Formats: sequence, structure tokens, C-alpha cells
Amino acid sequence: MTNKEYESYYVPSQSHWPIIGAVALFMIAFGAGNYVTDLANEESGYGGYLLLAGIALIIYMLVGWFSDVINESLTGKYSHQMDNSFRQGMSWFIFSEVMFFVAFFGALLYLRVFSVPWLGGAGNNIETGAVLWPDFTAIWPLIKTPDGTTTTAMGWFGLPLINTVLLMTSSVTAHFAHSALLKNNRSALKAWLGLTILLGVAFICFQVLEYAHGYSEEMRLYLDSGVYGNTFYLLTGFHGMHVTLGCIMLIIMWLRVLKGHFTPGNHFAFQAASWYWHFVDVVWVMLFVFVYIL
Amino acid sequence: MTTDAIAQDSHDEHHDDSHEHGKMTGIKRWLYTTNHKDIGTLYLWFAFIMFLTGGAMAMVIRAELFQPGLQLVEPDFFNQLTTVHGLIMVFGAIMPAFTGFANWMIPMMIGAPDMALPRMNNWSFWILPFAFAILLSSFFMESGAPNFGWTFYAPLSTTYSNGSTAFFVFAVHIMGISSIMGAINIVVTIMNLRAPGMTYMKMPLFVWTFFITAYLLIAVMPVLAGVVTMLLTDTYFGTSFFDAAGGGDPVMFQHIFWFFGHPEVYIMILPAFGIVSTTIPAFSRKRLFGYSSMVYATSSIALLSFIVWAHHMFTTGMPLFGELFFMYCTMLIAVPTGVKVFNWVATMWRGSLSFETPMLFSIAFVILFTIGGFSGLMLAMTPVDFQYHDTYFVVAHFHYVLVTGSLFSIYAGAYYWLPKWTGHMYNDTLSKWHFWCSLISVNLLFFPMHFLGLAGMPRRIPDYALQFADFNKWVSIGGFAFGISQLIFLVVVIKCIRGGEKAPAKPWDGALGLEWTVASPAPYHTFSTPPAQKDIDNI
Repeated sequence: MTNKEYESYYVPSQSHWPIIGAVALFMIAFGAGNYVTDLANEESGYGGYLLLAGIALIIYMLVGWFSDVINESLTGKYSHQMDNSFRQGMSWFIFSEVMFFVAFFGALLYLRVFSVPWLGGAGNNIETGAVLWPDFTAIWPLIKTPDGTTTTAMGWFGLPLINTVLLMTSSVTAHFAHSALLKNNRSALKAWLGLTILLGVAFICFQVLEYAHGYSEEMRLYLDSGVYGNTFYLLTGFHGMHVTLGCIMLIIMWLRVLKGHFTPGNHFAFQAASWYWHFVDVVWVMLFVFVYIL
Repeated sequence: MTTDAIAQDSHDEHHDDSHEHGKMTGIKRWLYTTNHKDIGTLYLWFAFIMFLTGGAMAMVIRAELFQPGLQLVEPDFFNQLTTVHGLIMVFGAIMPAFTGFANWMIPMMIGAPDMALPRMNNWSFWILPFAFAILLSSFFMESGAPNFGWTFYAPLSTTYSNGSTAFFVFAVHIMGISSIMGAINIVVTIMNLRAPGMTYMKMPLFVWTFFITAYLLIAVMPVLAGVVTMLLTDTYFGTSFFDAAGGGDPVMFQHIFWFFGHPEVYIMILPAFGIVSTTIPAFSRKRLFGYSSMVYATSSIALLSFIVWAHHMFTTGMPLFGELFFMYCTMLIAVPTGVKVFNWVATMWRGSLSFETPMLFSIAFVILFTIGGFSGLMLAMTPVDFQYHDTYFVVAHFHYVLVTGSLFSIYAGAYYWLPKWTGHMYNDTLSKWHFWCSLISVNLLFFPMHFLGLAGMPRRIPDYALQFADFNKWVSIGGFAFGISQLIFLVVVIKCIRGGEKAPAKPWDGALGLEWTVASPAPYHTFSTPPAQKDIDNI
């Protein structure tokens, strides 16, 4: 291979966005630290404001940074190799997200397979159950904890099932949108992508309804209702945050489509948002199986 | 030439005039930089500053332990010092130092113009000072700094924490973000930016080890983020992941933590293997013995690291099958590690050796890391571990692998590449002083800890029984000597930056690698066009 065939790799000039991002993360972390600490001590402080300011700053940073990247992409500064870097970067980012959920699914499985049965006296733990909590029975969903907190389990029928259908459908429509983009069928692209966003927003709304139902007097399923409530809210909560983020990505892609961005051969950002969307769908399937059904 | 290539050429010209940017001057150069060499330098200086900070804490710890009884600090403050010393050395010194090496050397070694995602690279670095500012700021708060050990076991960090857990958790979160972005950058750079003709099995072993390390980081840092999140909700929001009263289990904390923690241990040693696999061939004037077996051994160690985590938890009352499984898997790691040590020795065998400072540190690494490996093998045996668990034997073990292992490899690498980084040779006499003082004092510091541990002295205590007094005195003297010796390195580096003998492009006659085909100091931009094929074939 001669040097002539080598595409030059775009190394961006100095940028002020990363340091703004670092300051924003500092404000978020330090603000959240103060906020949570004050909450625990029942004091009021500036933590919450710092946190909000940090979030505002990081949004400003993301908008600015991505505008730069979009401009560079539109003015043709990126080679095929650069596109590959972005694609690989996004794939590994999604892999890291998978590992984040692995930690919580791992906790769920450990609780169900080991810790709750052991508290009930399984294995070589007869004494544990007999001495500490003789009345405790090990069942899952854990609707009565060893210290006596009671709650009710969220069924899989109804809202969760509807949400599963919504999210599964949205994965298919996202794929149709991508196919339309590849065929350069812009109106179909707008329609399918718009539909995907609507399905995503509907999912989030139903999820909020489900939480409201959980927190109602009837169900009394709270974040602190023992390990069932813990795992339920943390898993679905983090998933919901990821769906929200995915939705925002898709909305930005939709606006960019309206502005005429993306071609069949050059649409990394669209691809990345769509990968991310498929990823949150797969996580939901796992959730539906392990949190709701089983 | 095809039309495509012509189009590409005109594109290149456009590229050249808008982006052949030089350095900015002053502070902005460092704040806004996208240059892998600048960012590498920032990482290395940050790591060294953190090393001295964590080291200062170790000095106070050793002063307190100089004799039995409580003399200098309160027990609670002692616990804060051991905790933050560990956190700083792991996340603030060793890991950023290796990332600094990765930034400086990987693009030059694979013939790439820069890291794949240069702006993100800047972000990865600048998060770190802020993260450690948060962690260290808790020393000045009413609650005090984290005092639950760097492993932050629940319930010490939840029910019994002193109120700084939130700051600790969020600091770890943003450190994790930094590490993940840094690791993604390394992986993508290596996968996508290798010069044409540089196949995976032609990459320097240094690059291989960082490649594998970066995978480990991407896989386990999110798990750390997950476990600290559960810690946060347990402490502040009433969840009971690690509390049996709500159906949870404190031992589950240890499982999730060590699922992160054990690969983390290899994150801190695999790059060290890469560095000594570069320096030993250079000063033996031979090629690395068994290159491909080194690649496979490194990969095996990385894979095994995911299935050995519970050897940190033998005394928690695991089922017998679990103890046996984790014991055998752990011992299995000795096999690929043995392959590596064998290959380093075989590389030196009948080589024409010379003993420049990088080589001295490398040889010390091979011997002393192996001592740390053997004590690891002892700890791997479940029944024996019941006696060693949480004693100074463990402290001796991981300081042998992290100080005489990781840190010594960092020194070897730093002396090896200082001429390339600064354009000057370092002061040879001072560097030899640094080596010999470090070598003697580090063994005085850590070797007696083995005996203390076997005799039953527990770790993380400010006071101890009288029979441990003599050994502790010697350990403390070794500690102070080692601490002072590190300042020699600071002097050497500053002298080297400010002047000294001009370094040629390739100061070591046995050195291999693309980094030696460019001038010293390395120009601000290297390999804007790929290196010549013959240079790649030569490495």
C-alpha cells in the first residue's frame, strides 16, 4: 500500500469543550455529594443548585461539542477511517453500558438465588433463620422482608406487557427508518423515525404511570421496600433513564433529518442512536423476563 | 491514480491548511489540548503528584506505626489515611501513569497521527483532577474523609460510615467515566489507527498489553459504578442490597466489588508487563523471547481475572464448592504468569546485557514481582488463606506486586523514554542513586511485613501488640527511606526537562520500535503520514 492511498486522519484543533465538560462533571458530582449529604442530615445547602447548574453546563457543552462535530462532518473533514473510529467507540460505549446493567442483574440473581433463600435457612444457614428471624419465609418476590416490611409485587400483565409491546415495536420501526435512510426514502425515514419516538415517549409515560401505581396506598411498593423494591426500582429506573436518553438522541436525529442531514453512505450519528435504541430494547426484554415474569 | 485518490488529495490540502496547528501557549495549551503527547504528559505529572500525595499519607501511617501505642494520629484519622492512601495510589497514581504511557507511546508505536478521539482524550484527563479534588476535599469536612478502607466494604461504608460516603461515591463515578472514555480511546486507536501493514501480531507487546487492559477497563469500571450506586442508595435512600434485614447480604457487596476488583488488579499489572517486555529486549540486544506466547499469556490472564474474584473472600463462609473453584482458578493464573517470567529470563539468556537504569528497574521488577507472585500463590490456597487473611502478609503481597511490580515498571519505562519525551539524557549517576536507594529501602519496607503477617499482625490498625515492635521499626525506617528516594526521581526528571546531554533519535542501540524512528524530543505531530513499510518490518 502506498502513502497516496492513505486517507489523512482528522486531528481536531484545540477545543474548550472537554474542560467545560470536566468542570460540569465536577459540579454535578460535588453538588450531588452535598445535596445527598444535606438530605441525610436534614439540612439545606447549595448542593442542589450546584447540581442543576452542572447539568445545565453539561447540556451546553454537549450542544456545543456536537455542533462542532456535525459541522466538521458536513464540511467533509471526516474520512472513512474516522467514521470507523466513531462506530467502534460507540459500540464499546454500549458494551460498557451493558456491563453497568450486568452489575444490577447480577445483584438481582444473587439475591434471588443465594441471599433470600439463605436468610430463610437454606444451605448450611439453618441457624441464621432460626436465631435472627424465625418468622421469615424465603419467597420471591420478597413481599415480606426479614424485618417485617411488607409490600406487593408488580405483575407482568397490564402496563408492563403493553410497554414490552411498545418497545419491541419501536425497535422494528427504528430498523425500518434505517432501511428507508439506506434507500434514501426521506419521507418514509421521517415517518418511521417519528413513530419510533412516539412509541418511546409512550413507553416513558406508561412507566411513570406504573411508578405512580407502585407508590399508591394500594400497592405500597417503594424504593425502600426491601430487596424486591430495591431491585425493581433501580433496574427499571436506570432502564427508564436510558430510554429517556435514547429518546432525546432520536429526537435530535429526527430534527437533523428534517434539516436534510445524513446520506445513505454517511449517517454515523443516526446509526449510533439506533444502536443505542436497540440496546435499551434488549435490556427491557431482560427486565421483563427477570424482574416481572420470573 | 484513481479519481477517488485525486479527490482525497485535494481534501488533504484543505486539511493541511486548516489543521496544521501548532501549540497554543500558556495554560490554554494544556486545558484545550487534543495532542496525545500533551495529554500523556498531563497524565504522567498528575500521577506523580498523586503518588507524592498518597506517599505523604503513607509516611504518616509509618510514623504512627514506628512504635506500639498511639502517638501521632487518632485511630479514626489513621483509618482515613489508609483508605485514601489506597484509593489515591490505585486510581490516582498507578492507573493514570499507565494511561500517560499509553497516550504518549501507543500512537507513536503503531504509526498513528494521534489518538482516535483526541477531544474525548482531553476530557478523560481533565475529569481526574476534579475527581480527586472531591475525594480529598472530604478531609476538610466535618465528617472527615472515607475511613472504611479502599475496598469500602458494606456495612462499614453504609451503616457505619462517617457521612462522607456520598462524596466518595460521586468521585468514583466520575473517575469511572474518565477511565471508560480513556479505555475506549485506547481500544479504538489500536483497532483502527494502526499503520498500513502493522498487523495485530506485529504490534509491539507494549501495545498488546494496553489493548487487553483497556478491554478489562471497559468491562469492569461500569460494574464499579453499579456497586457504588447500590452503596449510595443503601446509605442514603433506604435500600437494603447489603443489609440482611431487608433481604440483602453484605457479602453480596464483596462479590460485586471483587468482580470489578480482581480485573482491576490486572489493569494495574498488565501494562507493567508491556513495559518490561519492551525494555528487557532493548538492553539484552535480543528480540523478545516467545512474542506470541506473551500475547496469549496476557490474554489468558485477562480472561482468568473474571473468574477468580472470590479468592478475596475465602473467609466469608462460602460454600465449599465455591472455595475449591476459586482456589483452583486462581492457581491457574500462575501458569500464564510463569510463561511471562520464563520469557523475560529467556530473553536475557545469552543476550549482551548492559545495565542502564531502565534495565536495572526491569530486572528488579522481574525478581521482586515474582516474589509478589509467589506470595499470591500462597494466599490462593484456601486453608492457608484462613490464617493470612487481613494480615500484613496481604499488605506485603500487594505492595510487592504494585510497588516493586507496577511502580518499578513505570520507572523503567520513564527512564527508557525520557530521552524521547524531553530530548535530553537523564543524569545517569542520580538515576542510579534513585534505583539503588529504592531497591534497598523498598525491601526493608515490605519484606518484614511478610513475617509480621505470618505472626498474626492484622492490617489497618494504628496500634499493635508489643511483639511486633522490632519489625515495625525497621519497616518504618525502610518506608521513610523509600519515600525520600522518590524525591531523587523528581530531581532527575526536572533536570532532564531543563537540560542535559542532547539525546539522539535512538539513544539505546538495542531498542526496537517506531518511536525511535522520529527525532528526540518527539515532534509535536508524528506520523501524519504512515511510517515506511521497512520500519514496520524492522520492529
